Amino acid sequence: MLEQYIPILLLICLAIILAVSFIVLSHVLGPNRPNSNKLGAYESGMDPIGQARDRYSVSFYIIAMEFIVFDLEVVFIYPWAVRYQEFGAGTFWSMMLFIGILFLGLLYTLRKGTFDWDLVHSRAKKSSY
Amino acid sequence: MESVNELVTILPAIIIGFAGLLVMMLDAYIENVRLVFRTTTLFTLGALGIAINDMFGHSGEAFYGLITYGGTAAFGAVLVLIGTLVTVILSRDYLEKTGSHIAEVYSMILFGTFGMLILVSANNLVTLFLGIETMSICLYVLAGLVKNEKKGVEAALKYFLLGAFSTGFLLYGMALLYGASGSTFLTDIATLDDKGMIYWAGVALLLVGFFFKISAVPFHMWTPDVYQGAPTTITAYMATASKSAAFVAFIFVLSRALPEARAEWGDVIWLFSILTMVIGNVLALVQDNVKRMLAYSSIAHAGYILIGLAAGTDAAYSAVLFYLFAYTLMNLGAFGIVAYYEWHKGLDFTEVKNYAGLGFKQPVMGVLMSIFLFSMVGIPPFAGFIGKYRVFAAAVDEGLISLVVVGVLASAASVYYYLRVLINLYMHESDPGITLIRPGVLYSATLIILAALTIYFGVKPGDLTNLLGSFKGISY
Repeated sequence: MLEQYIPILLLICLAIILAVSFIVLSHVLGPNRPNSNKLGAYESGMDPIGQARDRYSVSFYIIAMEFIVFDLEVVFIYPWAVRYQEFGAGTFWSMMLFIGILFLGLLYTLRKGTFDWDLVHSRAKKSSY
Repeated sequence: MESVNELVTILPAIIIGFAGLLVMMLDAYIENVRLVFRTTTLFTLGALGIAINDMFGHSGEAFYGLITYGGTAAFGAVLVLIGTLVTVILSRDYLEKTGSHIAEVYSMILFGTFGMLILVSANNLVTLFLGIETMSICLYVLAGLVKNEKKGVEAALKYFLLGAFSTGFLLYGMALLYGASGSTFLTDIATLDDKGMIYWAGVALLLVGFFFKISAVPFHMWTPDVYQGAPTTITAYMATASKSAAFVAFIFVLSRALPEARAEWGDVIWLFSILTMVIGNVLALVQDNVKRMLAYSSIAHAGYILIGLAAGTDAAYSAVLFYLFAYTLMNLGAFGIVAYYEWHKGLDFTEVKNYAGLGFKQPVMGVLMSIFLFSMVGIPPFAGFIGKYRVFAAAVDEGLISLVVVGVLASAASVYYYLRVLINLYMHESDPGITLIRPGVLYSATLIILAALTIYFGVKPGDLTNLLGSFKGISY
């Protein structure tokens, strides 16, 4: 009855072993030169202490949006790739079309300066934001 | 290649979608707003031509029946594309004059139109939902187009929050209908024998979602604020193209998925139709802002159109399609003129009293406004009269006398608020400080063509009504 779940148990064990061994190994092998920045809480490069209602760069939101778009793209591609043998060539071009449209979106945001963190030297028009 | 044929089945939508992507790239890499405008106009014109041709016989299914196109759907596409084309042409001058002429407007309009074209040809709840969402998300963005305008931002946020909420209702309704019938295809839902609680709850939620999109009372609260806050040409787009698309999709849902349950939803729509006509017209009476007045008037028009849906016969549906056509022409025209007057004194120049004496300053614009407003009242020989007449006649045939009585009384009351604008235009002393600029050739030609069509289809509606009557059983 429960035997069929043994692979999952193995997977969980493997995950725990890997996670523990990575932490232990980096402790043992890695150089240890602490400073105050390294010891502080990590918060995407921002000061972790202060008002919650602070203003921060719109770039964070845009990057997050881009991430969601391409993360969801994978959600569509994965089942397609798994069942590709059954579907045949027609779906290949459908998927290429889908990826192509998303790629155009990427080109658009690229040109509009989504990934330019250095806004002073950005090629993109200032009025974009 | 079968998939290529399927793409060709809904060629207008494909053209518009491609144009949207193209325009986006042109904006990013060539940065020429004029070029973007021309490309948008050309592609929309091409798609419109194909859609007009599609009305005469082209029909087909695509993507495993998710999409059925031709007949009524093609006519819906024509309505949407007329709305889009006029919006694009009017937007250029309007946005240039008000200082927010950016190319993203055009790609957003094109993507929104793509959603509407999918919506009018949807034969499946999922396709329907995708169409509605693609359309709505673009409209949310377009409503807040002028970033520094407080009212516009308020409109966009209000529209987004309420729209997302109503989409929730729609989606719950679809989920329950799927749960009850085991299929998302409209025609499969119709064949369900055992109609339990889940089915009725699903139908009710689906109706709520649609009532919101067509702004029927009591789901109309967003309409005046959004229509007033959004840039005027975008308001025209929302009031015509998106509403026509929603109504055509509503017709398909009612006639394909819920034909058996007509007795039940017929009563519901009967009630909402009366509410919408009465409240829309009464509230329009007290508006001092022309855009707000037109928003309430579009609510009232939704009420008249609902009369046709309540009747629910093929004749009534084809009357509704004609009404939508007339509604599209006259609303595009009226909002176009409002946008034109706004050029001169900024975005708040939309109060009725602002219009004092403007009718004589640019006589052509004044006359056009009169034509559009008289057509909205429903006075012959304009298309609005034929639309109202045919909807009322179809309802009388079905014995919905009380509904028609309310409709006629409500439209009699509407004379007051439409004529109030005209009285201000012609019978009040004008402010000598205002001089009106002559509009560009393209701008005035578009409005004149709209007015000419309003008169033409009011005088000679026969060809169009015959064509609409020929769409077999409304299902294609």
